[in-house]
Amino acid sequence: MSEHSTYVPGNAVEKWLDDRLPVVRFAKEHLMDFPTPKNLNYWWTFGAILVMCLGVQIVTGIILAMHYTPNVALAFDSVEHIRRNVSGGRVIQATHAVGASMFFVALYIHMFRGLFYGSYKAPREILWILGVVIFLLTTATAFMGYILPWGQMSFWGATVISNIFSAIPLVGDSIKQLVLGGFAVGNPTLNRFFSLHYLLPFIIAAVVALHIWALHVPGNNNPVGVEVKDSRDTVPFHPYYTMKDLFAMVVFMIPFAWFVFFAPDILGHPDNYIMANPQVTPAHIVPEWYLLPFYTILRAIDFNILFIDSKLGGVIAMGGAMLCLLIVPWLDTSKVRAGTFRPMFKWFYALFVINFIALMYLGAQEAAEPYTTLAKVCTAYYFLYFLVILPVLSRIETPKPLPTSISESVLGKAHA
Amino acid sequence: MHKLIIAAAALVAGLSMAPAAQAAEAGAHVERQAWSFGGIFGTYDTNQLQRGFQVFREVCSSCHGAHLLAFRNLMEEGGPEFSEAQVRALAAEYEVADATADGGRRAAVPADRWPSPFASDQDARDANGGSLPPDFSVLAKARGVKDPFPTWVFNYFTAYQEGGPDYIHALLNGYHDEVPEDAPHGSDGAPFQLPDGKHYNDYFPGHAIGMGPPLSDGVVEYAEAENGTTVPHTLEQYSTDVAAFMMWMAEPHLVSRKQTGFAVLIFLVLFAGLMYGTKRKLWSGIEH
Repeated sequence: MSEHSTYVPGNAVEKWLDDRLPVVRFAKEHLMDFPTPKNLNYWWTFGAILVMCLGVQIVTGIILAMHYTPNVALAFDSVEHIRRNVSGGRVIQATHAVGASMFFVALYIHMFRGLFYGSYKAPREILWILGVVIFLLTTATAFMGYILPWGQMSFWGATVISNIFSAIPLVGDSIKQLVLGGFAVGNPTLNRFFSLHYLLPFIIAAVVALHIWALHVPGNNNPVGVEVKDSRDTVPFHPYYTMKDLFAMVVFMIPFAWFVFFAPDILGHPDNYIMANPQVTPAHIVPEWYLLPFYTILRAIDFNILFIDSKLGGVIAMGGAMLCLLIVPWLDTSKVRAGTFRPMFKWFYALFVINFIALMYLGAQEAAEPYTTLAKVCTAYYFLYFLVILPVLSRIETPKPLPTSISESVLGKAHA
Repeated sequence: MHKLIIAAAALVAGLSMAPAAQAAEAGAHVERQAWSFGGIFGTYDTNQLQRGFQVFREVCSSCHGAHLLAFRNLMEEGGPEFSEAQVRALAAEYEVADATADGGRRAAVPADRWPSPFASDQDARDANGGSLPPDFSVLAKARGVKDPFPTWVFNYFTAYQEGGPDYIHALLNGYHDEVPEDAPHGSDGAPFQLPDGKHYNDYFPGHAIGMGPPLSDGVVEYAEAENGTTVPHTLEQYSTDVAAFMMWMAEPHLVSRKQTGFAVLIFLVLFAGLMYGTKRKLWSGIEH
């Protein structure tokens, strides 16, 4: 795929630079000429939208860090200071807080697109795994960021989640103390989470670079899942996809701006406007919405399995739920990528999406019937989908006939 | 994909129908009020904020602090909009601690924050039967109303953000002199027991609140407007006004935030339209 360079240095300076550090050639190859399947639909624009989200979070975050004070006595008021007294602070702070939610909206859509169109299948396994790594890093970053305003949910969310570490046999308590910098969430925790919250986005950016590199080796998957055969199947990335992605970004900014300007607090929890108080436990501790599906899986294991107690069991289930994603390229061995051509897969996939939304809903509910039973059922389906349904479907399903090329599928659609 | 969305919506609806019995502990249903600042077009009513400030100053502030409120905020645009002279005179009536002043105290200036009624949280507890009167600075956003299923979905589209003032208004009107007949029974079936020094409130979680009924008809004397109109001196009026003032205190830039929002959204929608036209023109020669 690297044989598509049409770059000819325009003048002596460009020629000089090209012989020493061919950045212009690189940019022309990868940001402009890169051959991209011409049939990508709008679900494919979320990659570019995610790059924008990361950029927005980094830029607003750097500005917030100029005014924020990571100290248990001052943190809460310093966030209010940003909202009240810093020029433009209320917009920057709201953009950062809402931006976290919008980031996850885009992230989940991007992942579910990959799961439907089989974008994790050979030769894109590494691309997919890097994506899962980005997801895990983003989750960690968002979790630590939520601690920083030092409200009641910040504090108690951190307390509940950090207890996960203590479930690990033998070394659990030591790990928990290392993470928190003490026996409980306190000033050292706030300081190290602030430091890591500033560090991780740059690590994410580096993994994003690898993710895009891994994308540019095999090239994009596409909605019919047939590999690119020749140049008639593709268009240059620029201007065709730069334009389409930019349009999608602007559309994505509309709900983003809606929340920032008209409902900046609706995605949060009122309790986080109460300063953290280790002596008062909120009636109902809930993590942010984007962590809820995994929180439900954590809580669903409320029974002991042989020598594994329920707490460790929950942690194993939650970790397993994330690890399932890493091995999905080897669980789904069907040769056909796109769900469109898989008559049985389609339905199980639809149920998986609904199940994931249900897991999210259940995470916000109290630990009482019928929620606890539903949580177990939904958790079971989550694992069944990856560990049983995908491998079995790959063997028993007869896919619909695939078009021979992207061009053929496009023409078929045009004349249908 | 449409099928998926419909199916997902149906499932969520199904899930949320099942349990309705959990609300008993959380308190009675809070009625939504018609706030001038509600909805996307809402702005603060300056006169209401001035009245609310009067209630806060004459009643609430004897126990509740507001440490993020600066005197100067009271003259800022989109707030109660007192004149600078009024704010200077008001500030001068208060003393604040200042380690660099003679005797450690001096008269306040507009740049100072609202002085707290108690020197420490412990002093506040000691003076209030063990209960800590919460600081008012962001209290209106620290309280909310938990809506049942279909309602909260609509909240995202109506931008309903007034759960806090709704709750505060309900709380101030929710007192009973005696424990009412319909008070919830304990888990062992015993009748509701109100601890000594507590008061029964329909809306407070657990119903036993440390604060006695702070407002009642006629406790605050509102000034007559220049054109001779008056507002009623009732609990209902006071509680509405002070809840509105507390919302302003928690969200002082609400008006300019929404104004900016309109400019941003109108720009984005138009820009998206232009981008779409450009994209279509560009792709018109490509079969895809």
